Amino acid sequence: MKQSQTLNFILGIYVVMIFAFVFAPIIFSMVFSFNSQRFPTIPLGEFSTEWYEKVLADPDIWKAARNSLIVSFSTALIATFLGFCTAYSDFRYNFRFKGPYLALILLPPTIPLIIMALAMLAWLSKIGMSGQLYSIIIAHSVLTAPFAMAVIRLRLNQMDPDLESAAWNLGGSEWKTMRYVIVPFCKPAIFSSLFLTAAVSFDEFAVSWFVSGLNSTLPVVVLEIVQGNIDPQVNAIGTFVFLTSMTLVVLAQLFFASRQIKGMQS
Amino acid sequence: MSKPLVIFDKVQKHFGSFVAVKGLDFEIHQGEFLAIMGPSGCGKTTTLRMLAGLEAPSVGEIRLNGRVMNDVAPHERDTPLVWQSLALFPFLTARENVEFGLKMRGVSKAERKQRAIKWLDKMGILEFENRHISTLSGGQRQRVALARSLVMEPQILLLDEPLSALDAHLVIRMQAVLTDLQRELGITFVYVTHSQSEAFAMADRVIIMGKGEIGQIGTPKEIYRAPANRFVAEFVGRNNILAGKVKSIDGRSAQITTPSGIFTVPTNEVQLLEGHKASFVISADLMHIATEEPSGTNKAFCKLISEEFVGSMVTLFLEDAQGHEFKVQMQERELSKFDLHSGDEIWLSWDVQSAHVLNES
Repeated sequence: MKQSQTLNFILGIYVVMIFAFVFAPIIFSMVFSFNSQRFPTIPLGEFSTEWYEKVLADPDIWKAARNSLIVSFSTALIATFLGFCTAYSDFRYNFRFKGPYLALILLPPTIPLIIMALAMLAWLSKIGMSGQLYSIIIAHSVLTAPFAMAVIRLRLNQMDPDLESAAWNLGGSEWKTMRYVIVPFCKPAIFSSLFLTAAVSFDEFAVSWFVSGLNSTLPVVVLEIVQGNIDPQVNAIGTFVFLTSMTLVVLAQLFFASRQIKGMQS
Repeated sequence: MSKPLVIFDKVQKHFGSFVAVKGLDFEIHQGEFLAIMGPSGCGKTTTLRMLAGLEAPSVGEIRLNGRVMNDVAPHERDTPLVWQSLALFPFLTARENVEFGLKMRGVSKAERKQRAIKWLDKMGILEFENRHISTLSGGQRQRVALARSLVMEPQILLLDEPLSALDAHLVIRMQAVLTDLQRELGITFVYVTHSQSEAFAMADRVIIMGKGEIGQIGTPKEIYRAPANRFVAEFVGRNNILAGKVKSIDGRSAQITTPSGIFTVPTNEVQLLEGHKASFVISADLMHIATEEPSGTNKAFCKLISEEFVGSMVTLFLEDAQGHEFKVQMQERELSKFDLHSGDEIWLSWDVQSAHVLNES
């Protein structure tokens, strides 16, 4: 008993240290975003919202924010739709080469981002589709669809396979069954997937930077600013991007958790 | 008998090289309670799924009301199924579950609600209409599942081991609910189960299936007293099977030589030939025990091995000198007169008419 208490204490400290290590840079960035001094040094200057005001006054940043929102929203819809379709095809059908099929679908996140970005740029410019906002949407959809599929597939695996047959048996055609049984059953996972893919797309940098052309998203703008000089505006934008992504991820987790609890009950 | 509602015409079902069902040929009558019983993997569930259109027969035809059903999609049939897993929709309330089939059939919202409420009320679970499935007990879910199928007001209701997940006391109660419903509605029930007590308690007729084939079709009593063949006799259990050779045939009775002795049996419909193999069965509850050697020819001297109590009934397991097992089923209060213990020796006997000759295949 005594021993396990000590062990728990050590493990507790370990966890706190990991969190500190992961979040310290972000917290510092947040702190400095409210600091009046230009350079991030300690002791801090006065509390100031100067950098936020600057950011809000900059039309380029507004445009980038708008781009980011459009891209992440569209990506979330497309990736979730694709993810749902692949997850359902895996749930419903058995076919030859199903293993390779699934492996292929799950492949994109394992490719180094920079290679993915270059390949996307090469391919999209070849077919004359690079440098547009939709180029980023296409690239991000490819990148995030596997996440969507993984989340939805997990949910489908919890479904009693008789449920679908039961709906047919009660007079539901395949489409009606999809609409009234499969989609409602997957609803928590679909929402979870929408938020997750939106979050991944919202703060993705490498691919956006390569294929965006003149339509920069927020992370790209941040890089452009940092390349020029040291500007605490970056901290302000960073705080905004971080909070948005975290909110999306937390929402995704909430849907994920609620369905896990429901799954345990039924 | 009334006219056939369903006809299985030489139906086979293959899954790749595996033959799940080989040559089903039977009729289901209008308004009967038919149980299909057999060990797991005997093809009973496949048979039911073919009737619901969830599997297509590989060979042969299934006709419902004279119409060939082979290529009719499941959602175009009116053959609701009560699932072993119940397969209730977990994201809907009890009433929404019951309304589901009507919604799929395009019934108006007001009528849907009214019919669902009627059936929930009939099943005694109206108070739970707005509860989610996960908050209902096993028995309540069972009733929701029944209401969901019956609200369709079908001609035929299919049930796939619907009581297997319930506690024993609930099973007995649901059996009564099911038989009452079936008599009241007059619709055909096709009930698949591996449980003999369920099948025999409820069904008008029982089909015993084994390895994708029909072993016997008959009333529970026919199957129990006069099993058609060794498979059925063994599956039904609680009986004594003796095998040997026909020694002589004498009009309506025959003598059969077995390792345990020579016994007299009635010949009934089975064609017996002298010198050929034959086996016969005696239900365990038709055996008598006695401390003195009985006078008839059908008797065996056995040692008591063990006994098994189920309520007031007791089953004795005995063995004769050749090691052949005998079973005797009797009331506990009758047995208490004998004061038997394991290892004690006792005489068994049975009437000639209690024996039933099996069709040797």
